[in-house]
Amino acid sequence: MARDSRTTSNSPSWLWYLLLLPPFVGMLWVPFYNRLEPSIGGVPFFYWYQFAWIGVSVVLTTIVYFGTRDAEP
Amino acid sequence: MNGVNAAALAVFLALFAVVTAIGFVASRWRQGDLDQLHEWGLGGRRFGTLVTWFLLGGDLYTAYTFMAVPALVFGAGALGFFALPYTVIAYPLVLVVMPRMWCVTHKRGYITAADFVRGRFDSGALALAVAVTGILATMPYIGLQLVGIQVVLGALGIQGDLPLLIAFLILAVYTYQSGLRAPALIAVVKDAIIYVTVIAAVAVVPMKLGGFAQIFAAVPPQKLLLAAPKAGSLGQYASYPTLALGSACALFLYPHSMTGVLSSSGRAAIRRNTAMLPAYSFLLALIALLGYMALAAGVDKNPAYAAGFQRYGTNFAVPALFLDSFPGWFAGFAFASIAIGALVPAAIMSIAAANLFTRNIYREYVRPGCGHKEEATAAKVASLVVKFGALVFILYVPQKYAIDMQLLGGVWILQTLPAVVVGLYTRRLHRWGVLAGWAVGMGLGSWMMWKMDFKSVYPLHLGGLTVPGYAALWALVANFVVAVLATLAFDAAGADKGADRTEASDYA
Repeated sequence: MARDSRTTSNSPSWLWYLLLLPPFVGMLWVPFYNRLEPSIGGVPFFYWYQFAWIGVSVVLTTIVYFGTRDAEP
Repeated sequence: MNGVNAAALAVFLALFAVVTAIGFVASRWRQGDLDQLHEWGLGGRRFGTLVTWFLLGGDLYTAYTFMAVPALVFGAGALGFFALPYTVIAYPLVLVVMPRMWCVTHKRGYITAADFVRGRFDSGALALAVAVTGILATMPYIGLQLVGIQVVLGALGIQGDLPLLIAFLILAVYTYQSGLRAPALIAVVKDAIIYVTVIAAVAVVPMKLGGFAQIFAAVPPQKLLLAAPKAGSLGQYASYPTLALGSACALFLYPHSMTGVLSSSGRAAIRRNTAMLPAYSFLLALIALLGYMALAAGVDKNPAYAAGFQRYGTNFAVPALFLDSFPGWFAGFAFASIAIGALVPAAIMSIAAANLFTRNIYREYVRPGCGHKEEATAAKVASLVVKFGALVFILYVPQKYAIDMQLLGGVWILQTLPAVVVGLYTRRLHRWGVLAGWAVGMGLGSWMMWKMDFKSVYPLHLGGLTVPGYAALWALVANFVVAVLATLAFDAAGADKGADRTEASDYA
C-alpha cells in the first residue's frame, strides 16, 4: 500500500484513472448519438458510434493499465 | 422444423462428445487436491491471463445472452443495443475495483464475496444477506441457460425433455468431478466455435441479403433509433443509459463473475483482462446485429419456422437465421456453439452458488468448524442440487417466470454493492446500516418490478417529469440513502461497529 521508492513518477498514479471517465460520458449521454446521420456504408450513426467506443475504451484501459503498472506490488 | 436434420445433428453430437471428454479430463489439468474447496471451486487460483480471459468470456457472455440480445433487437430494435454501452463501461469499473477484491480474498483465503463481507464488517447477518442474494440471483440464470439448450435442440428437430436431461446429467457429473477446471478448459473450445460461428454469420448473411445497407434498410424506421423524449418524460433517453449503467455495476457482483475473477493467478491477470475482454463486447455487438439480419431475412414470415417462433418466441430468431443461411452441417456447428455456450456458464454458476452455500451457510450455520474434505464434498453436492433445482424449474414452471426471476435477480444482486464494493474502500458505513440499506433496496426493487409486471424499467415521477429508469438503480439509490442515514443513527447511538479482520496492507 505504501508508496515505496519504486513509484518515482511525479504525478500520483490515480490521475491515470481519470482516463476511464470518457466512456461513461460518451456512452451514457444518449443525445450524443441517437441519430441516423452521418452513416457509414449504410450503417446508421447510432450503431457505428457505439461500435467505435469499444475500440476507444480498449485504448484507454490499455493506457491506464500501463500507466499504473509500476504501482503494482 | 421438419423433422431431424441429420448433418446438423451429427456435427452437433460430435462437438458435444468432444466437450464431454474435455470436461472429465479437466480434473487432471494443473492437478490439485480436489478435496480442498479452493481447488475444486476456484481452480486453485492458478489461472493466468489467457485462461482467465477464456473463462470470463465463457462465463459472462452466456448462451442466453447470445440468444436474448438479438431476440430483443429483433423484437424491440435499438433498445436491445443497450448491451453495448453496458459492456463498454463494465470493464473500466472492473479495472478499478476487482484487483483490490482479488488481493484481499487471496491474502485472507476468502472464496466468496460474502466471505469478504464477513471479515470486513464482522457481521454474520450481512454476510448471509450477501450469500442468499447471490444464490437467489444465480438460480434462475442457470435455468435460462437450459432454455438456450432447449431452443437449439428444438431447432435441430429433437423433441421431448429427455435430451436436455441427458445433457444436464453429463454436465452435473463432470462439474462434480472436476470443479472449476472443467468449464475453464471447455471455455477454450466454446469460445473458438462461437467466434467461428459469428464471423461466418457476419460474413455470409450480409452477402446473401445484399450488404449491411440493405439490412438496415429492411428494419422498420421506428426501430432504428431510440424514441425521442415526449413532453414531461425522458423516455428511452433515461431507460437506455440506466439499464446500461445498472447492468454494468451488477455484472461483477454476480457470484459466477466473482468466481471467475478470484480464480485468476494474480491482479495483473485481471488488469490485463479488462483490456482484452472487450473482444467479447465486439462479438456481442455483432451478435446483436444478427437480430436485424433475421428481420431482413424475414425468418418470422417463413412458414418453415412458424412452429419454432410459436414455441420459443423471438428467442427462435437466431436459430431460424442459422437454419435459413447455413448448410445443415454448419447450422449444427452453430447450434453446438450455443449449447456448449450454455454449459460453461451453467457449470460456473452452479459452482459459485455451491461455494456460497458451503462457505456462508453450511460452514457458518450447519457444521461450524468442519474439515476441508467435508467442506469440498458439501460444495460438490450443493452444485448438483442447484443444477437439478434449475432443471426442474425450467421443465415444470412456465418460462415467463424464469425470465421474470432472472430480471428480478439482476435487481437484487445490485443491492449487494454497498457491502461488497463500498466495503472494499471504507468501513465508514455501519454494518447494520448496510444491512438496513440492503433490505430497503431489495424490498423497493422487488416492489417496482412487481408494479411493472416484471419489466425492468420503472417510471419515477419527479415533480412534473417522468424518468423511466432501471429499477435496480432506483433501488440502489434508496439503499445508499438508508445505509448512510442508518449509519449516522447507529454511530450516534454508539452501536458496536465490530472488528475489521482485514488490514490496509491486504488490499494492495
